[in-house]
Amino acid sequence: MASLITLIWLLVKIVALVLALVVLVIYLTYLERKVIGYMQSRIGPNRVGPRGLFQPFADMLKLLTKELIFPTASNRYLFLVAPMISFGTALAGWAIVPFDKGMVFANLNAGVLYSLAVSSLGVYGILVAGWASNSKYALFGALRAAAQSISYEIAMGFALIGVMMAANSLNFQTVIEAQSGGIWHWYWLPLFPLFIIYWISGVAETNRTPFDVAEGESELVAGFHVEYSGVMFALFYFAEYANMILISTLITVLFLGGWLSPFQGIPYLEQVFAGVPGFIWLGLKLSFFVYCYLWFRATFPRFRYDQIMRLGWKVFIPLTLVWIVVVALAVQFHLPPWFK
Amino acid sequence: MLHRLRHYIKSATFWDLIKGLSVTGRYFFKRKITIQFPEEKTPVSPRFRGIHALRRYPNGEERCIACKLCEAVCPALAITIEAEPREDDGSRRTTLYDIDLFKCVYCGFCEEACPVDAIVLTDMSDYHMEQRGEQILTKEKLLAIGDKYEATIAKERGEEKIYR
Amino acid sequence: MQVVHIVFYIFAAMAVVSALVVISVRNPVRSVLALVVTFFSMAGVWMILSAEFLSLILLLVYVGAVMTLFLFVVMMLNANSTGSREGFTRYLPFGILLVLLLVALMIISFGSSFTQLPAPVPPGADYSNVTQLGAVLYTEYAYPFEIAGVLLLAAIVAAISLAHRTPKQRKSQNINEQLRVRREDRVRLVKMPPEKKNDLS
Repeated sequence: MASLITLIWLLVKIVALVLALVVLVIYLTYLERKVIGYMQSRIGPNRVGPRGLFQPFADMLKLLTKELIFPTASNRYLFLVAPMISFGTALAGWAIVPFDKGMVFANLNAGVLYSLAVSSLGVYGILVAGWASNSKYALFGALRAAAQSISYEIAMGFALIGVMMAANSLNFQTVIEAQSGGIWHWYWLPLFPLFIIYWISGVAETNRTPFDVAEGESELVAGFHVEYSGVMFALFYFAEYANMILISTLITVLFLGGWLSPFQGIPYLEQVFAGVPGFIWLGLKLSFFVYCYLWFRATFPRFRYDQIMRLGWKVFIPLTLVWIVVVALAVQFHLPPWFK
Repeated sequence: MLHRLRHYIKSATFWDLIKGLSVTGRYFFKRKITIQFPEEKTPVSPRFRGIHALRRYPNGEERCIACKLCEAVCPALAITIEAEPREDDGSRRTTLYDIDLFKCVYCGFCEEACPVDAIVLTDMSDYHMEQRGEQILTKEKLLAIGDKYEATIAKERGEEKIYR
Repeated sequence: MQVVHIVFYIFAAMAVVSALVVISVRNPVRSVLALVVTFFSMAGVWMILSAEFLSLILLLVYVGAVMTLFLFVVMMLNANSTGSREGFTRYLPFGILLVLLLVALMIISFGSSFTQLPAPVPPGADYSNVTQLGAVLYTEYAYPFEIAGVLLLAAIVAAISLAHRTPKQRKSQNINEQLRVRREDRVRLVKMPPEKKNDLS
């Protein structure tokens, strides 16, 4: 009986998280259109509702009511499963994200590994979609996306190894607590190259500009989801944006102290902001990275495919390997003030 | 060697990327130049060549005398004219004056060719059709457009007179 | 019957069914995808056994990297294995022999308790699979671990040297050089008067 109640309570929390995520994602699409519009001297959507605030709901309704089209030569079953895989893995990653002290679904001991494993599972949605569509553009988009995410996962994994060594743990809660003590104690400073590499690899991992060769519209129409319409397209869209927010959250947790207040250790400000709950700090920090995603999209042209591969294999992986050695030495000799 | 060193420093500090980001970052706060179309409109030149109209004299008599110069000059063959003497006074008038908007290239030659300034191109650029066949502007429609916009047509022709 | 049991049976059934799909389905891409499902369900079973590190590494290495590359190759080759059905009966006796050997091995290693193994001891709250594994791997089995690492390195070097072609045989572009190009290398700005004076006089 008790286990049933905990199960129901868990289900309620999961539904709440998913609903919050849906609202966040659809407003992220609105924000994206507004931000990119502003950077191009336009004002973006402003017709539906005050300042266009109901635009995402209109978009959602449109996508949900559209017809589902199955290409004749497609593999119907896999075609249907692919968006579900994408959607499922995009949601599964949120299980280990700590929103506040003790506020986490699964306080997994190997949480860092879990995040990496789930993001590597996400590529199957893209691969299966590309193959099941039976379209050359979709297949090429899928192959590119797969190659890209494998390459950048290695750099990402090495960056994570640096964090694991510094925090001496694979648990996100411990990683955050090891960073306590103000803005200079967060890992972005001692692990600066890893922080930058993780950030860039995160952008590459989510297939966003400037690494969006997988859906480069000038060459592959829309990449792996050309053949998708209606709800199934919406699932891919949701997965992409949920992954963007997830990656931003992970950067915040691993390198910017998660839910820690930035004013820790500063005499007067610490007391003033002591009442602010941790998830507000987390939200503020992660929204900066989400904004950067949109900023990059408005600024950078697309990378050439072979240059993406060169950046991943020939620049990031050697750099991370070198910095892992540096971190190992720093941890071994207890370099103050970060590694006590 | 020095170039190579400079290249490495430049790419390691993301110098080019930061420069690009600062440009878009500046534009984020700049004044927006969007014009909210149905409510606001951009100024239109009096020479703008929009939808066609047939004009009348101030006494209500239609100007067109069915000389068919516009039909002859039209490079897209968009104009079709049939003419007959009018029943009550025997003057030469059109019985059919069709312009196919899908064929028309809005070159304005018909307006140039017209000896009595009957066919003109107004400055109206926003119009639409919903059914097949609506793209044919008949004589009635053209005259109706002319009646509706006579004031602006006359004003623009007055402004442009000195250049003709 | 606890919730854990239900979850275990779901994962176990998934693993068995998808493993059967791997060897019975004709389309190679579907076969690889079924193998992915098998790995995934095995990772789930390990997770139930509190072997979270191993389970996640299985997901990360096999599902995330190895199977993706597998799928990659199968998709690129576009192998149509319509004729592979005849090999099924040909290799069946050999396969059955292997299965019998495996079962015999298990019976020998577990002894008489093969049908009723004792329930595993539930690990304590502070049990960490990562720490346990690390402690054993880097003390007792340090040499085998290092030797396995060297072996893998040798395999990587061999693979690269087999597939590597000298730059003369390649048609790839030198990206480093392309990125280092400056305007001065490609464009020469020439100052010229706008027009020549016509000498008409």
